[in-house]
Amino acid sequence: MRLSFRDKAISGLLTVVPANERKFVDEMANFNFSQARSLKLKQVMGYDRHRIVAGPVCASDLAVAGIEHLLAGGHLVRDDIDALIVVTQSPDYLMPATSHVVQGRLGLHADMICLDINQGCAGFIVGLMQGFMLLDQPAVAKVVLVNVDVLSRKVSPRDRNSYPLIGDAASITVLERREDAGVIEAELKMDGTRRETLMIPAGGFRRPSDAETAAMIEDAEGNVRSLDHLKMDGSAVFNFVMTEVPELIGGLLARTGTTVDEVDAFLCHQPNRFMLQKLADKLAVPHEKMPSNVVENFGNSSGVTIPLVTTFNLADALLAGSRKVCLAGFGVGLTWGAMLMRLGPLRFCEMIEYREDV
Amino acid sequence: MSTVVEILTQIRPEFDFSQSSDFFEDGMLDSFDLVTLVSELDKAYGISIDGLQIVPENFQNVAAIEALLSRNGVVP
Repeated sequence: MRLSFRDKAISGLLTVVPANERKFVDEMANFNFSQARSLKLKQVMGYDRHRIVAGPVCASDLAVAGIEHLLAGGHLVRDDIDALIVVTQSPDYLMPATSHVVQGRLGLHADMICLDINQGCAGFIVGLMQGFMLLDQPAVAKVVLVNVDVLSRKVSPRDRNSYPLIGDAASITVLERREDAGVIEAELKMDGTRRETLMIPAGGFRRPSDAETAAMIEDAEGNVRSLDHLKMDGSAVFNFVMTEVPELIGGLLARTGTTVDEVDAFLCHQPNRFMLQKLADKLAVPHEKMPSNVVENFGNSSGVTIPLVTTFNLADALLAGSRKVCLAGFGVGLTWGAMLMRLGPLRFCEMIEYREDV
Repeated sequence: MSTVVEILTQIRPEFDFSQSSDFFEDGMLDSFDLVTLVSELDKAYGISIDGLQIVPENFQNVAAIEALLSRNGVVP
């Protein structure tokens, strides 16, 4: 689906990563691999270290810490927030919504909209879409978009498909109207027939968690996980990304008459280094224009990876000026979307750590 | 030993790759080895194998890999 947004802009970006860092070399013994094979994978996929919560940290904890940091720094004023969108697949509760939890913990006023969206690796694109649509309402002048996941708590430490690359993080993105912002063009697609490609099979109403769903089972590739854990069909995900995403980004560029040269940075979701480099090659995008260093430094934190790749690689440039960027997210649902915009200058663009011992 | 067999042997030294007609069926390679193999072939031949060509059929034996390399314009 083609979408366009006029005179809307991202005015600031903050990412929050847990201070707790785990190293792949320390976790290799958990996986059914020889050391030599693990080290080869480390090189190819970019497995190195990841930031994951150590204790029972919830999505709202990271979100509240991030918003409080912005309030304390004067980047946000409580009463100015007209809408709070929380995009997560790891909500604090089945009910109420995590956006209400965050609103209540921060003591925000009631004359606002709180909205949860269940999206993952394309969640930044979907969240932006929702936020920009809310800004069409005259009463909504400022939207706070939170992307947050603590999915490490739902990944088996003995699942070599997912555990070495999983990361936890939150991002706080402030969206506003801006008269000189021009047009943001986007494409978004969804396919629920492939919903089982990435899923947590148990724990919802279809299959409530019980002793049976908690049983650890080894699959054909030697991964050990239960039905309560996240399950990813790695080959299907790879095939999905290689088939759909080049067409998505290529189509968006063609439709807007934009060449690869005219785009300063392709800020994509960060599944792993190998997949991103293959994606860049397929689109004839130079590797340096499509940064792929999030998994090796922080892990894959689903919907937070686009803000994370931005704050990690482009903070100085986006505080000083603007860049033409192509954002692309792809994952659970399945969902895939891309956005072409001029990003910056931003009022804030930084990364902070969340310390569990404070 | 051909370059392809040499690369395969570096990845899984415990197997004799010249003797199998289906590495995946025979349990000699899995999906993670496939990723490593593609990366090593890209490096060795200075190419980038297209993501859509990264399917088990193209890597199930030495002949299939060599045919894929030929389709990518290199002499195995």
